[in-house]
Amino acid sequence: MSLDLSNYSQLLVALLPELVLTGWAMVLLLFVAWRHRTVTDLRIAGWLTLAALVSTGAAAWWLWWSVARTAGLAGMIAVDDFRWVTDWLFLGAAGLTVLISFSYLEREQLFAPEYYVLLVFATLGMMLMAAGEDLMVIFLGLELMSVAVYVLAGFDRRSPRSAEAALKYFLLGAFASGFLLYGIALIYGATGTTNLGFIGVQVSLMEGGGASVMLLAGLALLLIGFAFKVAAVPFHMWAPDVYDGAPTPVTAFMATGVKAAAFAALFRVLTEGFAQVAAWREIVWWLAVITMVGGNLFALAQRSLKRMLAYSSVAHAGYLLVAVAAGKAAGTSAFIVYLVAYTLMSLGAFALLAAKGRRGESDVLIDDLAGLATRRPWLAFALAVCMLSLLGFPGTAGFIGKWYILIAATSAGEYLLAVILVLASVVSAGYYLPVVMAMYMKPEPSDAAHADVRLGRLGDAAVAVAVAGLLVFGVWPNRLLDVAKAAGDSVRPAATASAPPSAPTPGR
Amino acid sequence: MYDRWVVTALLAWPLVAALLVLIVPGTRAKHVALAASLVEFGLSVPLWWHFAPDGGMQFLADAAWIAPWGIRYTVGVDGISLFMVLLTTFLMPLSVLGSWSYITKREPAFYGLLLVLTTGMIGVFVALDLFLFYVMWEVMLIPMYFIIGVWGGENRLYAAIKFFIYTFLGSLLMLVAILVLYFHVGRTTGTYSFAYTHILANLDNLGNLGWWLFGAFFLAFAIKVPMFPFHTWLPDAHVEAPTAGSVILAGVLLKMGTYGFLRFALPFFPAVALHQTVQLGIVALSLIGIIYGGLVAMVQPDFKKLVAYSSVSHLGFVMLGIWALTLQSVQGALLVMINHGISTGALFFLVGMIYERRHSRLIEAYGGIARVVPLFAAILTVVSLSSIGLPGTNGFVGEFLVLLGAFRTYPVATGLATTGVIIAAAYLLRALQRVIFNPLDKHENEKLTDLTPRELAVLVPLLACILWIGVYPKPFLTRMEPAAQHLIQQVRPGAAAAAPAASAR
Repeated sequence: MSLDLSNYSQLLVALLPELVLTGWAMVLLLFVAWRHRTVTDLRIAGWLTLAALVSTGAAAWWLWWSVARTAGLAGMIAVDDFRWVTDWLFLGAAGLTVLISFSYLEREQLFAPEYYVLLVFATLGMMLMAAGEDLMVIFLGLELMSVAVYVLAGFDRRSPRSAEAALKYFLLGAFASGFLLYGIALIYGATGTTNLGFIGVQVSLMEGGGASVMLLAGLALLLIGFAFKVAAVPFHMWAPDVYDGAPTPVTAFMATGVKAAAFAALFRVLTEGFAQVAAWREIVWWLAVITMVGGNLFALAQRSLKRMLAYSSVAHAGYLLVAVAAGKAAGTSAFIVYLVAYTLMSLGAFALLAAKGRRGESDVLIDDLAGLATRRPWLAFALAVCMLSLLGFPGTAGFIGKWYILIAATSAGEYLLAVILVLASVVSAGYYLPVVMAMYMKPEPSDAAHADVRLGRLGDAAVAVAVAGLLVFGVWPNRLLDVAKAAGDSVRPAATASAPPSAPTPGR
Repeated sequence: MYDRWVVTALLAWPLVAALLVLIVPGTRAKHVALAASLVEFGLSVPLWWHFAPDGGMQFLADAAWIAPWGIRYTVGVDGISLFMVLLTTFLMPLSVLGSWSYITKREPAFYGLLLVLTTGMIGVFVALDLFLFYVMWEVMLIPMYFIIGVWGGENRLYAAIKFFIYTFLGSLLMLVAILVLYFHVGRTTGTYSFAYTHILANLDNLGNLGWWLFGAFFLAFAIKVPMFPFHTWLPDAHVEAPTAGSVILAGVLLKMGTYGFLRFALPFFPAVALHQTVQLGIVALSLIGIIYGGLVAMVQPDFKKLVAYSSVSHLGFVMLGIWALTLQSVQGALLVMINHGISTGALFFLVGMIYERRHSRLIEAYGGIARVVPLFAAILTVVSLSSIGLPGTNGFVGEFLVLLGAFRTYPVATGLATTGVIIAAAYLLRALQRVIFNPLDKHENEKLTDLTPRELAVLVPLLACILWIGVYPKPFLTRMEPAAQHLIQQVRPGAAAAAPAASAR
């Protein structure tokens, strides 16, 4: 199916998943305007959200299945496999977050169904970010997502920590947006367009491979903006505090969905717009190295489980940056595979943290898990699988993801980067294993220590899905690899289009 | 028929059995595990007769796995891995039997992990796809980590994480090296595949890259062996692990390192491996291992630690034999690998048995117990003598062949290595004297009970092997000769040793 984006009806088809989700968001808004008092309202809102996510996923699936492509000029929206696959990722992350949120919101008495509305809007923003073929669309998506997540971070109004997290996130996020916007402005100044395809063509026409100062400055600011969003060292300062203070399901959502969306946009911008510019590769190279090393070393020093997971997500941003630095289609495919694994394992880990924590998960130390295996063998098993997957152990999806990133790096000749990645992984064993150790090898402090560790039926389902996914993809990743490869190939620089360079036709 | 499914069955059965162990009631777990490991052994025994010494790689099985990356499930057995597989399946039932009364908590989990570990170990020895090999190499890490960490001694957490991180470090660098090999071979041939034969056949023009790759493989295997500066995880892990854990660590896991050298590091990078500096370095490290391991063993107050350090010494002989690259020395190295599994395994069992009775591993806690437990004392004596390498026991054949073969390549080093045998006599005989002879001066020891039939059932098969290899090693040597010959030709074309060792004896 080919879609002409200058034709309105076809444009609407191309935007179908976003439109479906927007429609649901309106329905949810109306619903919570009338019903926002009781637990039942909260539950209904949750189920409505799940329905919204599933139907949006189905819309994306339909477009993927009918091989939708743009015909003629590229518009502001990409229509390719990369978009559908990342859409599923965001929807999946949101769906799992909803599943954990059911019992969490009730337990912490956060009877405000607006929570789900915000979640839906944030997801919508992510989908726009991954779809944006134009820097403006990406920016709008980013803002839509960020504003919703700022509120979510401070959703526990009674907790000063949560308020602090929201404020911190808001202030630094606003700065990051400023950087990003300024970068977009400079890039517009240098190339005269904000469309990624046109930027790519313009850059390839420039003398010296796009080494104009204005363009490079714009690109640098853009990279800083994205580095803030993905929490790459040294722009990660906000991450631990915000992750720590936010309600745990929101933290899970931030660590997976928000990060995934920022990376998806970063991939598209760099591959489609700036494939010709060599300068960013070195910046990203160094960013990846210090993020991996820094994130892992900081995580090593943590004793609180939630902060450890927060820093570990910084470290994983470093691994993903290796995929960015490796570039090419392999890097993009590796990113998707890694992100699938990362989303599952992080959500699983945060879900189990939510189960253990009571009024302040930030106080759960790693040693507080001592003896969990005797009391709650299945939860302990699930958390152990998540930890081993985060560590990148064979048999889990985390290994397949890391392996793919290593493949991308070595095929690009980045041997040193691959070596640093594996050494950083060895360091990470120093903080993931103590969790396993505490659960299995240390005695339970008292009989009642884990008596109230409970996830609720839906939370259990979310964890079961995550663990099953980790194990299945760890042993039999073929289908996932095919999908990721197709998606990775679909994001390619405009300059490879067969059109003569004198007539700037946008790629694809 | 048997030839085609046996290896796959050997890999799959322990996993199935592990599930069974978890399902049946906890008190039955050890019975099921014993039956399962006996079945596994039974499955593997016909390998001995079905194996054709001149047949190269046999019992092959091959299936697609992760097609997009050219990863296949390819397994096979040759004259090198045959013995490692048999050693593994042979030690497993004994380990289960040896843990019978030692393991008292969470039995199903323990026996389940032992069985999963079996799959991992056999997988390492039969994998002919580098990806599969790496996966198996890592997979066996987790069960061992839990076995040490959950059922180990007082300092088990430290020992477990140290064991894990050391191995993990080496193996991850090896992973990068495997990937570099994959792309290097893929670019030159156009076929991207992790198949062992494919990579081996097309591996030339590595240039300086070869040094780095060899280094990565070397580190992974040297940690596992363990060679001298990388050995510090070993005493901790061996001492803290429960008896079965120590036996498997010493008996099988350490052999993975030397096996890795034989299967991958040497055939892949002959130019680097035979480079003067590398040769000198590795022989020197092996020598240091032999002598230093022995000397440190001599001053250990803890019997289990003594045995652990003696492993460093024995594995030094293996490395020396491998690097000398003559037919006798390589055959000798293979034999020492087997012998060490049997003798050191038996020693760990014996230490575990006496520990169960007296709850002390210190040598000075005993003395004169030969009068109280004569059977135990007799077996300990025989096993110690075999570990020292007394003629007529298996230890002699292996170490003698290594020294004989290595003398032609490294006369000086071999001369020095001979002192290792003397040192071994010094530490083991001294310990023996202080444990079972000397006056019986501690009255706690007067009530010790002698070996039970179950314990005898563990030790008698090991004793039988000690004597069998010691007196009639020919069946072993004939089966390993073509493989050893092949290896030498691969690494050093035209330098195949003339005299076959089997006839030299």
